[in-house]
Amino acid sequence: MRVYALHAGLIVLLFALHFLLPAYHHGNLARVMVLASYAIGYNILFGYTGLLSLGHALFFAAGLYGMGLGIQHLGLAPAPAFLLGLVAGAVVSGGLALLALRTSGVAFMIVTLMFAQAGYLTLLYFGTYTRGDEGFVIAQASRALWGIDLSDPGNRYLAALILFGTCLLLSLWLVRTPFGRVLVAIRENEERVRMLGYDTFAHKLAAMVISGTIAAAAGAGYGLLFGYAGATFASVQYSIFPLLWVLLGGAGTVLGPFVGTLFMFYLIDLSSGITTAYMLIAGVVLVALTLFAPQGLMGEVRRRLWKGLP
Amino acid sequence: MLLSTRGLSKQFVGLRAVDSVDFDLPEGEIRALIGPNGAGKTTLVGMISGRIAPSAGRVIFDGRDVTALPAHRRIALGMAYTFQITSVFARLSVAENVALAARRRLKGSAVGSAVEAALDRVGLLPRAGQEAGDLAYGHQRLLEIAMGLAQRPRLLILDEPTQGLAEGEIEAFKTLVREVAQESTILLIEHNMRVVMELANRITVLNFGAVLAEGTPAEIHLNAEVQAAYLGGVSDAAAG
Repeated sequence: MRVYALHAGLIVLLFALHFLLPAYHHGNLARVMVLASYAIGYNILFGYTGLLSLGHALFFAAGLYGMGLGIQHLGLAPAPAFLLGLVAGAVVSGGLALLALRTSGVAFMIVTLMFAQAGYLTLLYFGTYTRGDEGFVIAQASRALWGIDLSDPGNRYLAALILFGTCLLLSLWLVRTPFGRVLVAIRENEERVRMLGYDTFAHKLAAMVISGTIAAAAGAGYGLLFGYAGATFASVQYSIFPLLWVLLGGAGTVLGPFVGTLFMFYLIDLSSGITTAYMLIAGVVLVALTLFAPQGLMGEVRRRLWKGLP
Repeated sequence: MLLSTRGLSKQFVGLRAVDSVDFDLPEGEIRALIGPNGAGKTTLVGMISGRIAPSAGRVIFDGRDVTALPAHRRIALGMAYTFQITSVFARLSVAENVALAARRRLKGSAVGSAVEAALDRVGLLPRAGQEAGDLAYGHQRLLEIAMGLAQRPRLLILDEPTQGLAEGEIEAFKTLVREVAQESTILLIEHNMRVVMELANRITVLNFGAVLAEGTPAEIHLNAEVQAAYLGGVSDAAAG
């Protein structure tokens, strides 16, 4: 009960902030919520199943381009375009899972990294349609969902909140189901899970598709809300970001992805206001956190305050 | 016959760990598998349970050739395997460890009562909420057994279950195995000869990857070849 109250409380708080925050932070928070949805997807695979992927930008981009190209070249309305983004994410993550899950550990990291890189290069190669690095703007006119203009900051914030809230509650529900428990057990000791009679490959495959599809939902949402799709979002740094956010916030905690994304966003935002060497400040803080809170912020909360935190 | 192997062999590089073993285990028996260190016991049950792929031969479980099945499918058919080196989920609670074992065949509230029953049987119920990694070694061994019980297996494979247990715990373990044997067939790898002699209906002796002898405890006790294989017999084997 407390668990659901906590997570629903965050969503209510974010809704209240919609009316309270000044425009600048209001805009930031909308962006953070979409990126945190991406991190939630990443956390399913990394934090709960124990598989470290370096290729999630591929899934984010699958959603972004599945949606964006659908609008741009197929003339789809936003809702079916968003769905197309989800389907693209599910197909791409399922395909990559079938290949990459034949490996584990470092090999899994390398295989996912390589395929994501191949995806990035593919986007550049088909520059005629994707506009490559330069990307393309998704026109305001085609971003009206059921008559609601998603480029309006207020609508955008609420849409981001709906996306984030859905992903958050979905992941909270998922990790508490028997299926989610098996994922955690695979993270802890895969061989033992197999010898309890579970098909660990099928579980990891499902986890990767769920993770990739949530990442794609974030990508599609990002394009719809901020009106831009570019190949940068498929580059390796966008695979590293969710890893950092999740590590900072607490891998294997439901709230960790949001906390980590928010923390990192404002860390860079605030430090870049002080000095041009803001990455140095960010770096030092990250090192300090890894030293003193190796399980991330929410991981520390779980360790010190609330053992049953999901 | 619940379990049979025919010509089961495992060739590691430069070593024939298991050499064409024909093994039969009827339903309801407690069978001990003994032999000197390196005789191939763990490799043999590894091939039976599907953890290790055989180089040659067949495994037949409950009248069905399961040689081609992956481990999890064999477990689903009714085998359970407890690890020689304790392999519990250290960072999960004791109850969750057993629940993972129970949930494969049960759903909803039935899981909770099955977990309670299994933990109660091995005497770990008071520790259900503890993290498994915090348990003493002997208790972790008992948790392994509870995880096996929660699966309600037709064949329970116990790989050196009494290793590291105190004298009193071994007594409790023997009582437990006799109870479990009412509903499951048990294949027991064991070094402690007293446990073997008291528990087993029949004993299979493995040496250099091949079956050296098979018989009742009394027959094996008198078998000269077995004595020779152990070079000094019972006391040495117990120490190994």
